[in-house]
Amino acid sequence: MKKRSVYVYTIVILIALCISVMLSLALGSKNIPIRDVLHHVLNASTDSFNGAIIQQRMIRTIFALLAGAALAVSGLLMQSLTRNPVADPSILGVNSGAALAVVAGITFFHISSAQQFIIFAIIGAAITTAFVYTIASVGREGATPMKLALAGAVSNGAIASLINMLVLPQAQSLTNFRHWQVGSVVGVSWDNILMLLPFLLLGFALAVYVAPSLNALALGDEMATGLGVKVKKIRFLTVLSSVILAGSITALAGPIAFVGLMVPHVLRLLFKNNIKVLIPLSIVTGAALLCVADTLGRLIAQPAEVEVGILTALIGAPVFIYVVIKSKVKSL
Amino acid sequence: MSNYTENKVRAGYARRKRRAILATISLVLIAIVLMLLMLMLGNTNYSLATIFEVLSGKQIQGASFAISTIRLPRMLAGAFTGFALGLAGSVFQKMLRNTLASPDIVGVSAGTSMAAVFCILILGLSGFMVSFIACIVGLLCALLIYALSNIGHFSTSRFVLIGIGMQSAIQAVISYMMVRANQYEVTGAMRWLSGSLNGIQMKSIPLLAIVVIVFTLIILLSERNLNILELGEDLAAVLGVNLRISRIVLIVSAVCLIAFATSVGGPIAFVSFLAGPIALRLVGAGRSYAFASGLVGVILVLAADLLGQFAFSTRFPVGVITGVIGAPYLLLLLFGKSRKKGTL
Repeated sequence: MKKRSVYVYTIVILIALCISVMLSLALGSKNIPIRDVLHHVLNASTDSFNGAIIQQRMIRTIFALLAGAALAVSGLLMQSLTRNPVADPSILGVNSGAALAVVAGITFFHISSAQQFIIFAIIGAAITTAFVYTIASVGREGATPMKLALAGAVSNGAIASLINMLVLPQAQSLTNFRHWQVGSVVGVSWDNILMLLPFLLLGFALAVYVAPSLNALALGDEMATGLGVKVKKIRFLTVLSSVILAGSITALAGPIAFVGLMVPHVLRLLFKNNIKVLIPLSIVTGAALLCVADTLGRLIAQPAEVEVGILTALIGAPVFIYVVIKSKVKSL
Repeated sequence: MSNYTENKVRAGYARRKRRAILATISLVLIAIVLMLLMLMLGNTNYSLATIFEVLSGKQIQGASFAISTIRLPRMLAGAFTGFALGLAGSVFQKMLRNTLASPDIVGVSAGTSMAAVFCILILGLSGFMVSFIACIVGLLCALLIYALSNIGHFSTSRFVLIGIGMQSAIQAVISYMMVRANQYEVTGAMRWLSGSLNGIQMKSIPLLAIVVIVFTLIILLSERNLNILELGEDLAAVLGVNLRISRIVLIVSAVCLIAFATSVGGPIAFVSFLAGPIALRLVGAGRSYAFASGLVGVILVLAADLLGQFAFSTRFPVGVITGVIGAPYLLLLLFGKSRKKGTL
């Protein structure tokens, strides 16, 4: 029964993904009929006016798909590892850590290429995540959801002040930062995406590699050790994978909150807690979600756009609150 | 034997009381020194004598304008917002029994900020109306968080988590307005958002003062209940504290303080978070430290504002300084706790 429902869901979500991609290419301040979209995509023609528009939308659509997939898997890994329902890359400080590192890089080292951004962001994200998790683990009962969320919020606050200190004296970086901070999939080029791919591939590969061991870890550390899992190594690789995925996306897109929280939760409600199944499902669902959110953002405030990061926060926060209210975790 | 124990207890009580009084007096003195420094320092430095002459109403060329129009409102605003933030922060921390649960983290300040940014950037309002609307929205936000965490049965961790969730949503709205806004207004809004005492006028001070004094009195009067609440909700109920009412009174007063202070000075980071623990350390356990927290708040804001104005080549708004000071103190606090095997 469960198995069949996974297949059904996979088929449904794949169809939804295809539809959302088509809509993302078709809709915007100028709507293009689906027939034209198909024609242009299949013939890869960019010479006509519509072709040029589709070309532009193609970049952001692909980036939205990648970002959604990466963030969802990142959130899934964090939640499984910490056995904590509110672990989301944005709550664990990945976003603000990446932001601080990028801003510091711009100010002190004059970095400018996408590759440098990504590397700085990943380092910053890694340090912040380690920091937040360490703070939350202080005390007897370890990292409870409340302590994790509070530690994240406090660190985010402190980092925001540091960012302000760097940004306020310089008008130009203030403008850049303001636009980066909302989280958007616009303004990315093919080169940037190519630059991003190796990082994402590494992240996804690590995620697939640790998946079986994470299932064992869910039974508890002792049990996992008994089953032959090297707990410390797996923990490290899981965090690494999660940070690479979320950090590299954040470097280019800015903070896109709550995707990593929502997707794994919905999937866990529907299916058993098997990471091996949840990873591919998260990839597809996350991609579809972000693609839909981006398209929606183009439509609701025409002729302007609502950035995807704002939309996901507005959709995600109620989901987060719902999770908190419904959560049956003991410490809540 | 029992007499000996009794004497020892009495002596300990007296010693703790002395310590608390001593700590409070020194805090008052430090606050006064900082207030005077705020008036003395600036582009031109004035002597103490000049300050007192100006304050007593004498007209002095140059000094009168600089002191009574620019420095005095700034100093008063810093003092009142600092006191409000410190006091309200300690109330939140005590009530939620968590050092990290200060109102700027739990999402109350975010609501106030959102309303204020909306008023400044989109409605083009200023002064009293901004404070008023911001205050109301902050209150509504807090009530919403409280109502949501009351579904099922109230628990502090739910309150905290829901607050943090709300904060993320509100932050998104703020970013949206900031991106849409006019380039020239953004720097102002950004400075406001990081907490700044720049450009505060004398006419916004009286209302701030009244609000701060009224709610401070309410909080200090209901402090007894607060101390019992800190023992845990079940015990408090057994001891006959009406949980619901005292919690609502305290939340409303603390939120009003925060909202009003925020609407004047912006969300000055970490003051409400730091003041309580520092005051507790100075005053010592077992004594009421709400008033002392307010004083620590005053000292933090004024000292940070002086640093922000004069210590660097760029003038930083006060919130940036308190935020940067706050981070290392946070670490100290947390790792100090971990040594003692305490919980957060």
